[in-house]
Amino acid sequence: MVTREDVEHVALLGRLELTEEEKEIYTRQLNDILGHFQALQRLDTGNIQPTAHVLPLKNVYREDWVGQHMPREDALANCPDRDENYFKVPKIV
Amino acid sequence: MEDRIAAYITRTREKALEQARAVDRQIRNGEKISPLAGIPVAVKDNICTDGILTTAASRMLAGFVPPYSATVVKRLEAAGATLPGKTNLDEFAMGSSTENSAFFTTRNPWDTGRVPGGSSGGSAAAVACGEAVCALGSDTGGSIRLPASFCGVIGFKPTYGAVSRYGLIAFASSLDQIGPFSRDVTDCALLLNAICGHDPLDSTSARFDVPDFTRFLVNDIRGMKIGVPEEYMAEGINSGVREVVVKAIALLESLGASVEYTNLPHTEYALSTYYLIAPAEASSNLARYDGVRYGFRAAKTSDVMDMFMKTRSQGFGAEVKRRIMLGTYALSAGYYDAYYLKALKVRTLIKEDFDRAFEKYDLLVSPVSPTTAFRCGEKTGDPLEMYLSDICTISLNLAGIPGMSIPCGFVEGMPVGLQLMGKHFDEGTLLRAAYTFEQNSDYHRAFPVL
Repeated sequence: MVTREDVEHVALLGRLELTEEEKEIYTRQLNDILGHFQALQRLDTGNIQPTAHVLPLKNVYREDWVGQHMPREDALANCPDRDENYFKVPKIV
Repeated sequence: MEDRIAAYITRTREKALEQARAVDRQIRNGEKISPLAGIPVAVKDNICTDGILTTAASRMLAGFVPPYSATVVKRLEAAGATLPGKTNLDEFAMGSSTENSAFFTTRNPWDTGRVPGGSSGGSAAAVACGEAVCALGSDTGGSIRLPASFCGVIGFKPTYGAVSRYGLIAFASSLDQIGPFSRDVTDCALLLNAICGHDPLDSTSARFDVPDFTRFLVNDIRGMKIGVPEEYMAEGINSGVREVVVKAIALLESLGASVEYTNLPHTEYALSTYYLIAPAEASSNLARYDGVRYGFRAAKTSDVMDMFMKTRSQGFGAEVKRRIMLGTYALSAGYYDAYYLKALKVRTLIKEDFDRAFEKYDLLVSPVSPTTAFRCGEKTGDPLEMYLSDICTISLNLAGIPGMSIPCGFVEGMPVGLQLMGKHFDEGTLLRAAYTFEQNSDYHRAFPVL
């Protein structure tokens, strides 16, 4: 059972500011959806290994080479606010 | 045409003409050109294009102009394909109807009161109505196959790792895969030739011997062993859709394949498994949208935390927020084992179902979706109802196997797609079956009348 307090907590973890209406909708919908998903608990998965991805890959190594790097102006071109060569954000503390 | 279908978020007419002129020059100079040279291939707007707006149909990226191109885009350019534009999608590829686009809904060319399917609805609709010859989409739970089925075109989701994801805006990284849309199987093979192969810029891209896919364009499936999973033909599948699919399977049998009904016993758990894993991965991937380096930033905020919260709340749409909430919940302390880890274990069982089936069969076939294209607005009020559209397609992403939708008939004037499923890296068997079906049927020749 997902409570309204759970929804407020999860919204904070996800850095979302929800309206009162959204809190109500998501509380109801998360309960509907997760209620449907309870069916998974019927399966005994005690000895089953989890699959995070399907390729038989473990660590992927490559040579460390010096490549072509993105020009600084290109990397900064999409930022909402900057101060010379820095990304600028509102005050932190 | 575009006024009525709204397939494109951005049209790149000048760029396409410039690319076409370059191909003309090559032809005049007697240079050897690739089979895709001069062919308009539309690209879904969650695939980065250097210097061209790329929005993922989100307010969050409404003004984002990438400083680099996705590997698939570079490969298409190298093959001489032209870019007519960037196609509409459900925001961040989350949806099954294109109605979650922050900008507008694309219409189904067969009936403009209906959805084109999603999330790659713009790509499917553009190919269906002739606004592009081919297109690229991405498929995390059916986002290529479902719209291909709804719009009556071919859609191919390759094996996970067969195509580089570099430059694809990430949704669920262990499930996402780029693939082509086309009107016939030959074009599909040509596009696979252009986009498949290892890429050092994507650490999950597989090292495998990429065949010339056109050598599978063989009109012969004698001796092919085909399994039909009963769970995919059960209740919940519209009776008209089932009838069309049964007829298509009978055609494959009459062409010399052996057909047997079989079982994928964990199918009923696939939807729950998928809708825990995909939102969990999405909640992590979408953490990057913080209003700092690119994309939207909310105005008038008091401090950096307030800026993060307001930016994300105003920048993301309702379905994206719902999935961030669901995924964050499934990964949060106290629920991780019960939901996320449980889903990863069931994913193993689902994959093993396929492993067992492919010991006996070369190919599995099923409907792509339980229904034909539904009406705009019909499912927007109930997220679970919308998720159920993906019931036949999501298992393939969980297992990482290739899947294809091919046109196989109509129900009340709306196209039905037949889903072909194969072993890892056995794209060839899908192409051979699809080509044989196509050469012995007329469904792919039907055009919507607009």
